[in-house]
Amino acid sequence: MMNILSDPTMLADFLATALRLSVPVIFAALGGVLSERSGVYNIGLEGMILAGAFGAAVGGYFAGTPLVGLAVGIGFGVLCALLLAVLGVSLGVNQIVAGIAINALMLGLTAFLSRVVFHGQGNTMHLDGFMPIAIPGLADIPVVGPVLFKQDVLVYAMYALVALSYWIMFHTRWGLNIRAVGENPRAADTAGISVPRLRYACVLTSGGLAGLGGCYLVLSQIFLFSEHMSAGKGFIALAAVILGRWSPLGALFACLLFGVCDALQLRLQFANPEVPYQAFVILPYAVSILALIGLVGKPTPPAAVGLHYERESK
Amino acid sequence: MVAAVRLLYATKSVWAILCALLVGAIVIMAGGSDPLAAYAALFHGAFFEYHGIATTLVKMSPLLLAGLAVVLPLRAGLFNIGAEGQIYLGALFATLAALYLPAMPGWLHITVCSLAGMLGGALWALVPAYLKAWHNINEVIVTLLMNYIGINLISYAVSGPMMDEGAPYPYSAEIREDLWLPHILPRTDAHLGVVIGVALAVLMYFVLERTSIGYSINTVGRNPQAARYAGMSVRQHIVWTLVAGGALAGLAGTYEVLGLKYRLFHMFSAGYGYDGIVVAFLSGSHPLYAILAALFLGGLRSGANIMQRAVGVPTTVVDSIEGLVVIFVATSLAFRFERSRWAVLWRRRKDVDAALAGAGEK
Repeated sequence: MMNILSDPTMLADFLATALRLSVPVIFAALGGVLSERSGVYNIGLEGMILAGAFGAAVGGYFAGTPLVGLAVGIGFGVLCALLLAVLGVSLGVNQIVAGIAINALMLGLTAFLSRVVFHGQGNTMHLDGFMPIAIPGLADIPVVGPVLFKQDVLVYAMYALVALSYWIMFHTRWGLNIRAVGENPRAADTAGISVPRLRYACVLTSGGLAGLGGCYLVLSQIFLFSEHMSAGKGFIALAAVILGRWSPLGALFACLLFGVCDALQLRLQFANPEVPYQAFVILPYAVSILALIGLVGKPTPPAAVGLHYERESK
Repeated sequence: MVAAVRLLYATKSVWAILCALLVGAIVIMAGGSDPLAAYAALFHGAFFEYHGIATTLVKMSPLLLAGLAVVLPLRAGLFNIGAEGQIYLGALFATLAALYLPAMPGWLHITVCSLAGMLGGALWALVPAYLKAWHNINEVIVTLLMNYIGINLISYAVSGPMMDEGAPYPYSAEIREDLWLPHILPRTDAHLGVVIGVALAVLMYFVLERTSIGYSINTVGRNPQAARYAGMSVRQHIVWTLVAGGALAGLAGTYEVLGLKYRLFHMFSAGYGYDGIVVAFLSGSHPLYAILAALFLGGLRSGANIMQRAVGVPTTVVDSIEGLVVIFVATSLAFRFERSRWAVLWRRRKDVDAALAGAGEK
């Protein structure tokens, strides 16, 4: 274990693994932040990652180029989110129930359709994906360089999206409106903001981001589609949203912490069976609960999250 | 005419389920199979065949208990999405009681195991309940997070200290045979768990609808302010309903061990806790309808295997159908007779009648 810290190459390897494990979760968590800030629980992130992964595989398989896969994957994520928006925002269905329905639907549908579309070869195919591109200069910095700046285009897109969503959320009128709608929809409505329209925009973007997380799994990591490959990443993203206090930057750091835990537990499973690897699987969730209790700084969820908003008179 | 339309609206859940099955049929057709043959195999296998019915009852047991675990707190206005974790903790406590307590007569030991399982689930629910009642921390988030801690705790237990000697896969030692739950159908896996689940559903119905305890739970759920003014402790209701829900989920886990697997397995619950939310939703958080909802979902799960063997349609299609059922039923709830054009016309006719009657009197 200790040689990770002493050997720079091994340290860089370890950190690169941690980053790669956290990238899909970061995309989904950004989506979660956006959706919950606007007042909509997105328990369906898991299903949306899966839909994105399936879309990426379908697009990549038939077009032979990862760019088409990327577009289809994001599109599938947005479609799932449209379902959540129609149910949760327009029809006023309980958002948690809607999210669970989306997860069940996508779990079944992607597993079923992948057999149909790929003729049972989903597990053996090898799709063209995105390859790492070293950024000249930056990539040569010891340890940090290869970890952060020798990545593929989706990781660079992730950096940009985190910065962009942080800027939008806290430095633009649009972000102010989103936060207002999530805290006090009635007041926002009175101020002339269309609550449903803004919630639709946030939920759909959230689905696109989760779909992007699925694309990363397929187009940058595994190059194939397998059943239930999201493997709980959508739920880890929900925990990251909490620990990150509903901020894009906070969620980024929470996801990176979870990525380190994940990389540690993977390493422990093989290297040192004496230490229970489950401790590191549990850690993210336990830390999130401690954060909620206020032991790690007290986060407060948006006041109106999960509540359906309806104008009193029509 | 209006009566017919009213009936159409009253039975909207049935139509919603049919719509879900219709979309499911399109999915099955896309897979190159005959949807009618697939559904025939599924429903015949699940409800009209001895061993199929037995499997349906086996699946129904955890679905119903997990459903009740969600229904009870929901009545007090709390969303328990932690039934999955509570199921695992219940199974752990029951297995510990079965393996490590001194031997007792079978029936007594089964009772002790059941109580231990309920305690496990209850303790796991106590954390979110306490945090909600005293610190106003969102129970949706905490119960969700507790699931993963619970699942991995059991994973650690059965791959570490409780692992059976020489086991190829993380599971505990087998429990004594006189601790196995009695079977209700000979030569099948159907065990007593489902009977206990139905009994508890009926009991919950009476408590919720016919007793003062139930009345105060419903009041706290509908209008906590009013409940407070009426002298009810909102805090106590939050804690007790959530903890009792946890105990029910714990019982679901207990009977998976005592009734079906006879060991504690790593990852043994196939998402029964989340399916419990679906059961609670489909039942409209009514304990008696929860029996029907659990029977339906149990039938889908049991029929799926028969369908796969008979027609070659993969069982995963059933997950999509479950999701579709929830989506369509949820959508149907947004359509209310009182809001429909029919209701407007009906009211108009009544107004005209009333006006005519008034004219006649003069």
